[in-house]
Amino acid sequence: MAAESPDHMTDPGKLGYSIRRHLHERFIEVLLFLSAVLSVAIMLAIIVMLVKESVVFFQHVSLWDFLTDTQWTPLFDDAHYGILPLVAGTVVSSLIALLVALPLGTIIAIYLSEFAPFTIREISKPFLELLGGIPTVVYGYFALLFVTPMLQIIFPELPGFNLLSAGLVMGIMIIPYVSSMTEDAMRAVPMNLREGSYAMGATRLQTAIRVVMPAAFSGIAAAYILGISRAVGETMVVAIAAGMQPNLTWNPMEPAATITAYIVQVSLGDLPHGSIGYQTIFAAGLTLLILTLIFNIIGHLLRKRYREIY
Amino acid sequence: MKNVNNIDEIRKIIGQHKRWDLIFVIAGIFALMIAVLTFMALFAHMLVDGMPRLSWEFFTSFPSRRAESAGILSAWVGTTLVMLVTALAAVPLGIGSGIYLEEYAPKNLITEIIEINVTNLAGVPSIIYGLLALGLFVYQFGFGQSILAAGLALALLILPVVVVATREAIRSIPVAIREGAYALGATKWQTVFDHLLPYSSAGILTGVIIGLARAIGETAPIITIGALTFIAFLPPAPVKNEFPYVSFEWLTAPFTVMPIQMFNWVSRPEEAFQLNAAAAGLVLVVMTLAMNGLAIYLRYRMRKNIKW
Repeated sequence: MAAESPDHMTDPGKLGYSIRRHLHERFIEVLLFLSAVLSVAIMLAIIVMLVKESVVFFQHVSLWDFLTDTQWTPLFDDAHYGILPLVAGTVVSSLIALLVALPLGTIIAIYLSEFAPFTIREISKPFLELLGGIPTVVYGYFALLFVTPMLQIIFPELPGFNLLSAGLVMGIMIIPYVSSMTEDAMRAVPMNLREGSYAMGATRLQTAIRVVMPAAFSGIAAAYILGISRAVGETMVVAIAAGMQPNLTWNPMEPAATITAYIVQVSLGDLPHGSIGYQTIFAAGLTLLILTLIFNIIGHLLRKRYREIY
Repeated sequence: MKNVNNIDEIRKIIGQHKRWDLIFVIAGIFALMIAVLTFMALFAHMLVDGMPRLSWEFFTSFPSRRAESAGILSAWVGTTLVMLVTALAAVPLGIGSGIYLEEYAPKNLITEIIEINVTNLAGVPSIIYGLLALGLFVYQFGFGQSILAAGLALALLILPVVVVATREAIRSIPVAIREGAYALGATKWQTVFDHLLPYSSAGILTGVIIGLARAIGETAPIITIGALTFIAFLPPAPVKNEFPYVSFEWLTAPFTVMPIQMFNWVSRPEEAFQLNAAAAGLVLVVMTLAMNGLAIYLRYRMRKNIKW
């Protein structure tokens, strides 16, 4: 075999075939590479687009006013451009959502991962997944027309639009994300850690809280961070149920607008391209993107710092 | 640690710990029940309000000023066409990107940047994609407030879902399959196209369905593009009578979609329109539940059938 040179070295027809085949392979590899690089291009496009329009915005409005003015009324004659009311709305609604989603999501995850019998787990997981797939506009409808009237029975003075009901429904909506990621993280903890703990006489709850949860910390942190960025970026529930009036308040019983709700409000109107109103939504979007990026980076660092390897 | 030498005291401590276990089980079931009951309440509320409005006319009428004669014809046609664009754009790009990252990518800085980027894109709020589409597709590329712009915006949004599903499906195929193909003289692409893609198709399909189910319900990015809510006409038909028989005019047509129609009806004060919103929501929820259910079923079948 070694004495014969390979066919394609001697036969010109086969040499052509080999070259064609090689070019064909390279061509496909380049195509695949381009589709993979597209994700980087999208990210860059997002940043460039938001920064480009925001730069024009900040030529009209100083950054100091943007960060310290307590009124956000860009569409009025007496225009004020203070992002604080929108940030306050976002923070309050997200906090309520997280107060619901993180404890309940964690309890469900611990229960499903450490306690639940096989059948309950097999039924609950797909059910929670379905719950997470319901469109957010439907949750908004539910918050406005079901949860708010219910809450008004308990708090009669509650207005029709309020942050409380939007936050509560958002929390329920986020539970499936938190619980499924937390549970995946806990189930990835090797069995022998649990067995060691049981052998020492620990109960299931002690094992879950003192052995499994610390071992799964990086995954649980990632789940929480995902929950936070979903709450901060959630749009339709707050746009429908919390009203769209920017209002600097920390009281969840009041109507208010979030950053996302403001973008929706402006988009519903017919603002001309290039006007200051058009640029405000990009400035608001940039603020939102920076907020979520900060959380993503914190999550990334936590994962790196606390990753356990077995 | 307390020093316990009395057997009764030990029994008492054990009893206490067992009680805590029991309390936690009850808490877990309670938390699950909150999720279940919320879903039930949501579904029941929509069913009671929306069911009477669901009729053949509801699906075949345009939106109207009078709530009783309003329907979702333009909305579901719009949703179908937008989803078509989304699938045609996101599926090839997502699968290609997944194949590259899993099979071709060398271990270097560029690959790492791409991987981190895919994870980051999945965490970007959907409304930001709307702003991107507004600036880039609607104005920069001049697509206008069209089906094409909306479909592409949603395609970008679900791209990470398709990429991750493709990667996971391909990764679960054992190396022996690849080695077998190479041993027979197959090139890399032949291996991927004739073996890896067919074997991972069920997993990829699951991811695509989940992605599309998410895209169907997305409202925020489409509002941001500036989709009109009152559309009482259909986009031009994709098939024509005369040569060349197909037309792409519908791509640039104004449109509305199901969630936008629902949002529009929810935000009106009249109760009659809110009943319409419930009916539209019911259709939307049934659509997404059916798609997600199909995906879950496919995954279940796959886990059962494939033993490498």
